[in-house]
Amino acid sequence: MAVGGDQARAQRHRLLPALHGLSDRIGWISPGALNYVCERLRVPPADAYGVASFYALFSTTPRAPQILHVCDDIACRLAGAEELCAQLEQKLGPPHEPLPQQQSACWTRSPCLGMCDRAPAALFIAADPGGSPRGEPLGEVDRPRLEQALLSEDRPPAQPARATVAGTQRTLLRRIGKIDPESIGDYRKAGGFTALRRAIEIGPAGIIHEVDVAKLTGRGGAAFPTARKWEAVAREPARPHYLICNADESEPGTFKDRVIMEEDPFAVIEAMTIAAIAGGCERGYLYVRGEYPLASSRLQKAIDEARAAGMLGDGICGSPLRFDIEMRRGAGAYICGEETALFNSIEGLRGEPRNKPPFPVRKGLFGKPTIVNNVETLANVIEIVAKGGEAFASVGTPGSTGTKLFCLCGHIARPGLYEVPLGTMLAELLALAGGVRGGKRLQAVLLGGAAGSFLTPAEIGVPLSFEGARAIGATLGSGVVMVLDETADLGGILVRIAAFFRDESCGQCVPCRVGTVRQEELLHRLRRGRPLGSATQERDLLAQIGQVMRDASICGLGQTASSAIESALSKFEVFNRA
Amino acid sequence: MVDPRRTATAAWADTWLGLDVGSDIALSNGMAHEILERGLEHREFIEHATIGFAEYRASLDSYTPQVATRMTGVPANVIGEVARAYAQADKALICWTLGITEHHNAVDNVFALINLALLTGKVGRYGCGLNPLRGQNNVQGGGDMGAIPHHLPGFQDITDDALRAKFERAWGASIPAKRGLRLNEMFEAIERGELRALYVIGENPLVSEADRNRASHLLASVEHLVVQDIFLTQTAELADVVLPAAAGWCETEGTVTSSERRVQRVRKLLDPPGEARDDLEIVCDIARRLGTDLGRPSAQQVWDELRTLSPMHAGMSYARLEACSGLQWPCYDEQHPGELFLHARLWEDPVRGPKAPFHAVEQEDPVDTLSDEYPIRLTTGRRLDSFNSGVQSGLYSSPLRRGESFDIAPEDAERYGVAEGERVRVSSRRGSVTVPVHVDPGLRPGLAFMTFHFDDVATNVLTIEANDPKSGTAEFKASAVRLEKLESPMQVS
Amino acid sequence: MPDVTIEIDGKAVSVPEGATILAACRAAGIDTPTLCYLENLTPVNVCRVCVVELEGSRTLVPSCSRQAESGMKVKTDSARVRTSRTMVLEFLASSVDVSLADDLQRQMRRYGAQPGRYGPPAPPPKADQRDASVAGHHDPPSGDAAHTVAQPVKRDNELYVRDYTKCILCYKCVEACGSDAQNTFAIAVAGRGFDARISTEHAVPLPDSACVYCGNCIGVCPTGALMFVTEHDRRAQGTWDPSRQNKGETICPYCGVGCNLEVSTQDGEIVKVMSPLESGVTNGHLCIKGRFGWQFVGKRR
Repeated sequence: MAVGGDQARAQRHRLLPALHGLSDRIGWISPGALNYVCERLRVPPADAYGVASFYALFSTTPRAPQILHVCDDIACRLAGAEELCAQLEQKLGPPHEPLPQQQSACWTRSPCLGMCDRAPAALFIAADPGGSPRGEPLGEVDRPRLEQALLSEDRPPAQPARATVAGTQRTLLRRIGKIDPESIGDYRKAGGFTALRRAIEIGPAGIIHEVDVAKLTGRGGAAFPTARKWEAVAREPARPHYLICNADESEPGTFKDRVIMEEDPFAVIEAMTIAAIAGGCERGYLYVRGEYPLASSRLQKAIDEARAAGMLGDGICGSPLRFDIEMRRGAGAYICGEETALFNSIEGLRGEPRNKPPFPVRKGLFGKPTIVNNVETLANVIEIVAKGGEAFASVGTPGSTGTKLFCLCGHIARPGLYEVPLGTMLAELLALAGGVRGGKRLQAVLLGGAAGSFLTPAEIGVPLSFEGARAIGATLGSGVVMVLDETADLGGILVRIAAFFRDESCGQCVPCRVGTVRQEELLHRLRRGRPLGSATQERDLLAQIGQVMRDASICGLGQTASSAIESALSKFEVFNRA
Repeated sequence: MVDPRRTATAAWADTWLGLDVGSDIALSNGMAHEILERGLEHREFIEHATIGFAEYRASLDSYTPQVATRMTGVPANVIGEVARAYAQADKALICWTLGITEHHNAVDNVFALINLALLTGKVGRYGCGLNPLRGQNNVQGGGDMGAIPHHLPGFQDITDDALRAKFERAWGASIPAKRGLRLNEMFEAIERGELRALYVIGENPLVSEADRNRASHLLASVEHLVVQDIFLTQTAELADVVLPAAAGWCETEGTVTSSERRVQRVRKLLDPPGEARDDLEIVCDIARRLGTDLGRPSAQQVWDELRTLSPMHAGMSYARLEACSGLQWPCYDEQHPGELFLHARLWEDPVRGPKAPFHAVEQEDPVDTLSDEYPIRLTTGRRLDSFNSGVQSGLYSSPLRRGESFDIAPEDAERYGVAEGERVRVSSRRGSVTVPVHVDPGLRPGLAFMTFHFDDVATNVLTIEANDPKSGTAEFKASAVRLEKLESPMQVS
Repeated sequence: MPDVTIEIDGKAVSVPEGATILAACRAAGIDTPTLCYLENLTPVNVCRVCVVELEGSRTLVPSCSRQAESGMKVKTDSARVRTSRTMVLEFLASSVDVSLADDLQRQMRRYGAQPGRYGPPAPPPKADQRDASVAGHHDPPSGDAAHTVAQPVKRDNELYVRDYTKCILCYKCVEACGSDAQNTFAIAVAGRGFDARISTEHAVPLPDSACVYCGNCIGVCPTGALMFVTEHDRRAQGTWDPSRQNKGETICPYCGVGCNLEVSTQDGEIVKVMSPLESGVTNGHLCIKGRFGWQFVGKRR
């Protein structure tokens, strides 16, 4: 029977992996290759082109097979990324163009690569006709090192550096740096899979009860009660149920999920399995940022090993339960961290968010009930199931239980990943990391990422709990704590944040598509001291742009695209100094 | 999707059955065999509403999966799957176009489909039924209005004295009590010298009839040929008198009837050019010259008279047609909303009117048999952007149009050593044309496709005037042809 | 079907279950602007000009796709609603040529939209620059002028032009080309953010794409970005004059589907053929012959 109709259309979810397959081999999505994929998957070529051209890591025009992505986002900017890019442009020519020294290579600027603890950072990707592309994260780079990465032929791949992890309480991070992340045996010896066994014993209701007692809330930014989400999915009669681990960590300044995935990948698998049991999910997707090649490869190995060891697949852990995980790689789109955009991305559509309602617990991936949790949220579940919800809730504050990971970066003495109980004072956390680097004076702290807000030195007494942050109009967001010392160019940072949202807007709704452009233009005018009308008029207009994006955008990206900028302008004399 | 060619529609279908040209009955009967074998027939419906099931059932014995596959070229498991899916669906309908009806056994092809619907109770219910998709905007209306040899308007039998008397009273004229001639029968009558004058309205038979050489000869031999058309067509060029007509859809008032039996209003939005006139005016003037004064009725007056004579149109006033955006017949009075579907009576208890008959039919291969001399099966049809003989559609610039071509499978292009665009001679037992080759991967080896949209390639020189005895339609869908390379092929871009 | 009652601007309005807030607003006679919404297409709720304030909702909600639920309290003319609608209209008018978008212009007058306050329009970029834009990258703006979507008219066939300088990205053409009507999928939204655009695969010309020239995209385009060549040329020559035009309904002269046509004539000639949305036969959709195949009428003269 000819493959057509519904059966053929069901192949659409293979589109993104297929596009990766092309890009991995030849470095771009050529018309011929795209047509071939379309023919095989029965996807209309225009649709597939719409998807391919949506992602920053794909090129739909000829591009050199080796490409160096140089981060020029906020954390790296504080570490001199702008100057670095200017040097590269002088030595290597304009971005995207083949290098004069080597036609098979090019460089480009990149949004945050999630290596803010080792800023400035870069990511080298070399396509391979054999299908084994090289992806090499490079930290603390300078021009000579980048030139070497691009131009020298046979050099040993750089050993991935390990992140600095610290804190006052190590629960989520307890195995980091202490086990071989590629060894399931090591993981078991360190207590791995005991929580899963207990989860199978106590069953879905038991798991949800413990998570409820623990008062665990989502660590992705929205702080939604995890148990309520799981219970809602567990109750839905429609089948199948899906579980998605959202590992598309892209908030500028954030690297916490990457560290867990790279250093403790089996924990992600175990936690996903427990969540799947709770929600009655037959199938799981692990959606990892395209810029995280090391995390992807370690997670894939972990999935394979866990399956071989009977921890995934039919009859997990000797029980009659069935659950398996498929990994999906993102391709350079911040918006795909938004849960409904992520569904579309997995389904082979453009990563455009969906209108809510309906909510994912009712209609999520492929229109079915779906649990979406980020890596850090899931990682907490292991502890909760192993030690009980009550023990978990005893840490932190009554409203914000447990510990939280914070990504310290920028002008801080010891950048890295810090775990502290929720409710810890920001000042304490800064002190733990050695304070402002070089003994300089603190100018500001960006809390929560580009979608978060700037705090003044007077506000660093804030307790880092959900309610504590809310009380001062801030958010913990993704746990970014980016320190700006007195020398930092705050105006430049704001302009970069505005550019980030303009670049990452999916373009679907008018408030965000045009609002992010108008916001960026306006900031440039303020920065250059060339307002249209008075500066006050410009401030009013900026506030209105912020309001319409917040009020009328489809998703959280547009709704928060002005929050950090507005917080800075309301608290600091940003552009008046220029 | 059943089509010898893998068309764009086939590419999107859940299942495509690429059968051999002219094996439709074998496919239908094979499906019916499978349905009965699995006990999926609708026993209550058959019992309640049909007659002739036992003979039908007996006629299917030989259409085993192996036989059906051998006859159609469609794998047995696919025939089985589609048969089961059709039988088990709550609602399913069968739609067809000329692939069923342009065969020498056209009516039998239709019977085979009707049998399937009766077998599974897929008639007389919303979402079910049998739908011939019409190729012209008023081919349905033409038949409804009596432009058909055996019916007066509203499908009223011309041999029924009472019905005829009703029309004679209204028209003040006598109507011959015998059925008229079909187009193919007219041609035969011309050939016998019995038909000497022909009045052609809005048709281009020189181009659209099968076996064009013969059609051309016969049209030229008519003593008096009148053509009434909006164009000076190739047929009009042969005529003794040409009556220029207004374009029915935008230069005259009136109605047309679509495939779904919907009577719809067309309106005069422009004045016709030059001496062109409304068909209605022309007909009335001719009547006057012939001695009958029909007056100068408006389209609406003609329609209102029709409503008094054709019960199924009685409720369709112009006002209602406009307010309801058309009405579907039957519509018996001005309160009647029209019928979304037909034959609901078959589900009534007891059945109102006659029960639906099964007609046992047997597979018959196309008349123009393949041979070593003529090894290629040519099937003809239409392309999306063009329309029949092309006189209308040829006057706009379509980016999709690339002229006539002899479409063949890539394997055949290789076998005959011909390239895309290369002019070749295509010959049938009736004549030859030269035409450029187009390689179409949607065709299988041994199958070729052409249209008759283009004046420069007289495709119907190739086709066979093998007519269905019941409908008079020629077997446009199956000719046997051969392909020959030209001595010095001219490349056409 | 049972009714649900919601409160709009203090008044109770009842609509059938499953109806949207927009349907309720219209039932109550409230003029609610829409751009991406059309009765015969699936709501995409992207333009956000129909937003209303819903009590208990943190953000405004799109009335075109949000179902009315019993007890909802909706405001359609609060300061928040007015600000958002005004800004959405301004955002579009400051970045797109909306000169032929009559309804959008009317709403701009109603809300006092001032698209000029984002600066003068930036000079148009080089030809093909928008088609070549790379997701996630853009050149930093000066801020002195407002970036626009201006680009050369795409004229690659003899039937219709694509003037994407007039495109507000309402997605209607993509829906009409795709599963809402034609199932041809010749065009899709490509690129991202402000650089998002309607495109064929690799921006190939229409004759190299899957386009079947049904023109259903023209039928749903609210801004004149998609236009018959005949209308485009007449406008360019200054011979397009709606005041001398008559519109009448009739039936397509081609196949047996019976599509309703809305024919515009000017000076005794057909100048445009559309299909009324409310026509039950095909809901405003046609094929190449119905939409473009009428030229034989004039060519007989």
